[in-house]
Amino acid sequence: MADKINYKQVFFNPFSKNNPVVVQILGICSVLAVTAKLEPAMVMGMSVIAVLAFANVIISLIRNTIPTNIRIIVQLVVVAGLVVIVDQLLKAYAYDVSKQLSVFIGLIITNCILMGRLEAFAMANRPWPAFLDGVGNGIGYALILVIVGFFRELLGSGTLMGFQVVPDSWYAAGYVNNGLMILPPMALIVVACIIWVQRSLNKDLQED
Amino acid sequence: MMNKQSNTYTIIYIIVLVVVVGAALAFTAMTLRPLQQENADVDKMKQILASVGVVPDDGKVSDEFNKYIVESFVVNAKGQRVDGNAFDVNVEKMSKESDSSKRELPVYVCDLKGERKYILPVYGAGLWGPIWGYVSINSDGTTVYGAYFAHQGETPGLGAEIEKPEFSNQFKGKRLWIDGKFQPIEVVKAGQKPANGADYVDGVSGGTITSKGVGAMLDNCLAPYKTYLETLRTK
Repeated sequence: MADKINYKQVFFNPFSKNNPVVVQILGICSVLAVTAKLEPAMVMGMSVIAVLAFANVIISLIRNTIPTNIRIIVQLVVVAGLVVIVDQLLKAYAYDVSKQLSVFIGLIITNCILMGRLEAFAMANRPWPAFLDGVGNGIGYALILVIVGFFRELLGSGTLMGFQVVPDSWYAAGYVNNGLMILPPMALIVVACIIWVQRSLNKDLQED
Repeated sequence: MMNKQSNTYTIIYIIVLVVVVGAALAFTAMTLRPLQQENADVDKMKQILASVGVVPDDGKVSDEFNKYIVESFVVNAKGQRVDGNAFDVNVEKMSKESDSSKRELPVYVCDLKGERKYILPVYGAGLWGPIWGYVSINSDGTTVYGAYFAHQGETPGLGAEIEKPEFSNQFKGKRLWIDGKFQPIEVVKAGQKPANGADYVDGVSGGTITSKGVGAMLDNCLAPYKTYLETLRTK
């Protein structure tokens, strides 16, 4: 393992077997915050993929020069710098998206997945696997965001990406949107359901 | 090579890192500023036009803005025109000025198929951050023609619903003057009525604090226009 890294595993493990959200239980706070609607969840997912990939590569490139006692500070500075740059770029080239996500982009800095991957992987690996690890974990995170966002918007607002999908005839027949779904606690319950389904399908993940 | 765990190395390392990251950020911010400012201006024009129901195509915003907005000026709380460019007035700063006689109040006059609409900016606080908007008033100085609201970081699906037409359309036709008394529109919980008899709209369910913020914002930002609207009303 130490001498030879399986690139495929580095990239695909975070999707399910080692998913940062439902297996490592990281980044839960942002799952609560941005998943009431599907669209912000998707853009947030993409932003995290970009920031995580770049941060992983940069930290991996300078990993041998970082003094051990300030490594967390160095990681934080790199992540914060990248997040601000992404925010500025969005403001200049995708103003509408940036308006929609507003504070959530800044909050990527506090996402534990970033620090977790930098500390656990980028500090010990070469840039290419670090890049794959960053993209893989970003996608793993985005997947959960999209699944949670899908169910919360569908059941909570009767829409998807802002378009109404629950037909008017249902409302006429007495169907009511579940207002609880757009409140943060339901994000946790949906995440818990995903964990439940995933663990019953994956014998490896079951604990005694 | 120098000892990587020594204090000198650590200090030099962190200084270099901060300078490099700082320079990168400063460079990004400076190169992108003109683009961002332009986006922000275009966005502001879009919002102003949205309050009268005009939605320009991308890329044509400033042309449309110049076409519809025939005049813009600044008034004071006494309703007199003062020097200044309406577009450059910092509405946020003005809304926080507790002495309303010191506020500069921008007015955008819109010519909508021959009818004059007066667009007034409002700015206030929601639950998580600022909320703002534009309210257009008919030339009688009393009834609202349309409204547009926006927010920075209200909860999606809850407080953030104030930016939806479902919320802002409720303002159409509401009055700011009831029986000769100035009473800005109240935002109340669905099913309730304000005690003072003012015109009201329903707040967003699950977004109580944001809804209250909208009400407070209208109170705070429209009240200084009272004298100016009075002159429109009696014209």
